[in-house]
Amino acid sequence: MGYSNKVRETYQSQLKELQDKGLFKQERYIHSTQAADIEVEFPSGAATKKVINMCANNYLGLSSHPEIVKAAHEGLDHRGYGMSSVRFICGTQDIHRELEQKLTAFLGTEDTILFPSCMDANAGVFEAILTKDDVMISDRLVHASLIDGIRLCSAVQDTFKHSDMEHLESKLQLHSDKRNKVIITDGVYSMDGDCAKLDEMVALGEKYDAMIIVDESHSSGFIGKTGRGTHEKCGVVGKIDIITTTFGKALGGASGGCVSGRKELVEMCRQKARPYLFSNTIAPVVVSGVIKVLEILSKSTERRDKLEKNANYWRKGLTEAGFVLKEGDTPIVPVMLFNAKLAQDFSKALFEEGVYAIGFFFPVVPNSQARLRTQISAGHEIHHLDKALEAFIKVGKKFELLGKTKQEIIEKYGM
Amino acid sequence: MNRDEIKDIVLEYVIGEYLEDENDEITYDTPLISGGIVDSFSMVSLKRFLENKYNISIPDEKASPEAFDNVNKITDLVIEFVGKS
Repeated sequence: MGYSNKVRETYQSQLKELQDKGLFKQERYIHSTQAADIEVEFPSGAATKKVINMCANNYLGLSSHPEIVKAAHEGLDHRGYGMSSVRFICGTQDIHRELEQKLTAFLGTEDTILFPSCMDANAGVFEAILTKDDVMISDRLVHASLIDGIRLCSAVQDTFKHSDMEHLESKLQLHSDKRNKVIITDGVYSMDGDCAKLDEMVALGEKYDAMIIVDESHSSGFIGKTGRGTHEKCGVVGKIDIITTTFGKALGGASGGCVSGRKELVEMCRQKARPYLFSNTIAPVVVSGVIKVLEILSKSTERRDKLEKNANYWRKGLTEAGFVLKEGDTPIVPVMLFNAKLAQDFSKALFEEGVYAIGFFFPVVPNSQARLRTQISAGHEIHHLDKALEAFIKVGKKFELLGKTKQEIIEKYGM
Repeated sequence: MNRDEIKDIVLEYVIGEYLEDENDEITYDTPLISGGIVDSFSMVSLKRFLENKYNISIPDEKASPEAFDNVNKITDLVIEFVGKS
C-alpha cells in the first residue's frame, strides 16, 4: 500500500503543526443563502445561529438577488446544466460570446475572454502573452493568484514597493532593455482596501513603453462613479491593457472570471492560455446570471451608491468608537488588532454577539498586522450596521481597545 | 576595491530596496531570503544592481537563493566575479 502509516503520519504531523500554530482553517456551515443575515452552524454540529455577515465579497448584495436567480433559472431551462467540453471543442454557446461582448462594453476595453475563475485568468494570462525576453514588474502586495501566474511565466520577475511610484519608475529604468515590460497591480488591494494609483501607472507606462495589467476582482461593479472599476475612478478607462476580474464577488458571487483588454492580447489568451484550453467552459446557468448582473448595473448606479453610503457610515462609526482602521475609501474596512490571538478572540466574541467577521493574520497579512477585515455590502441596511457597530463597541470595551493607539494595543497584547 | 566597501554598498542597497519599516535593522549576516526579507521575485533587481554597479555578469546558476542569502555571501559572489573581469 503506497499510503502507508509512515506516509499518513507525515501528513498528520503537518496538520497538527498548523493547529499548534493557530493557522488551521475551519469552515463554518451556512444554512441560508448568502446575504446580510445568514444562518451559521459553528462549530460543526452546533445549533445554527442567525448572524450579520460582515465579511462577504457580496459588495452589491446581488448573490441572492431575485432577478439574478430568475435569470439563472432561465439559463438552466434554455441552455441546460453543463456543456461537457472546453470552449474550443464544443463548449461555446451564444451566451458565452454575448457575456464576453457585454463585459467588453462594461469595462471599456477592446475584447474579453471568459475563464473558469479569476484565479485561472491570472494563472494563464502571463504565460500566454510574455516570453523570457520580457519583464513583469509587480507591486509587492498583489494577490496570490497573480503571484502564481507570474511564477508560471518565463519572463523576468521583479517587484516594486507597495504603491511606491518612484520605486516602480526605478524598476522600469532598470529593465529598459527588455522587449515587453508589464506593470502588475491589484485595482483595490483585498487586505488593506486601498486603491492602486492607476493614473500615475498609466503615465509611467506611457513614458517607459510598459503595459499595465490590473486585477479588478475587488473593484468591478462598484468602484468609480458608474462602478466600472478602479480605472474609472482614476480616469484611465481605455488605457489599461489588461483587466482581469471575477464574477465571484460583486458581480453575482457565483464563479468565473475573465481577461479583458487589448484585442491581440485577448486573442493570445484564446490561443495559448492553459486554464482556458484545458478547463471546462463556464456553466450556462452562471453565464445567464452574470449577463443579468451587467444589465442591472448598466441601468442604474443605485446599488454602488448605496454601498458607498454604507461604507462611509460604517467607517465613520468605527472611527468615532475609537478603533484603529486602515485608511481608505472602499467597502473593505480593516479593523487593526495587530496580534493574531487577539484577532481570533475578537472574532469569536463578535460571533457570540451575532456578528460574523473573520480574523486575518500571518501569513495572509504581514506579521504584526493581524486584523478583522470587515466588508460592507449594498445588501446591508442601516439597522444591520448599527447592530454590528454596537457589537464591535461591546467587544472593543471588553478587550479595552477603544481609543487605544497602535502602540498601546501592541504594548497590551504584543505583536 | 576592498571587501568592506562592497559590503557597505550591498547593505545600503538591501536596506533601501527591501526593508519596508525604517526601524528594521539588518546586519551583514542577517538571512535575507530564508529570513523572508527578500522574496525570490525581488532577487532579480539585486542581481542587476550588482552587475551594473561592478560591470560584471553573474550567471543565473550562480545567483541562487543560497548565494544571495546574506550580505557577506553576496559580497563573496561579487568579489569572485570582479576578479574574473
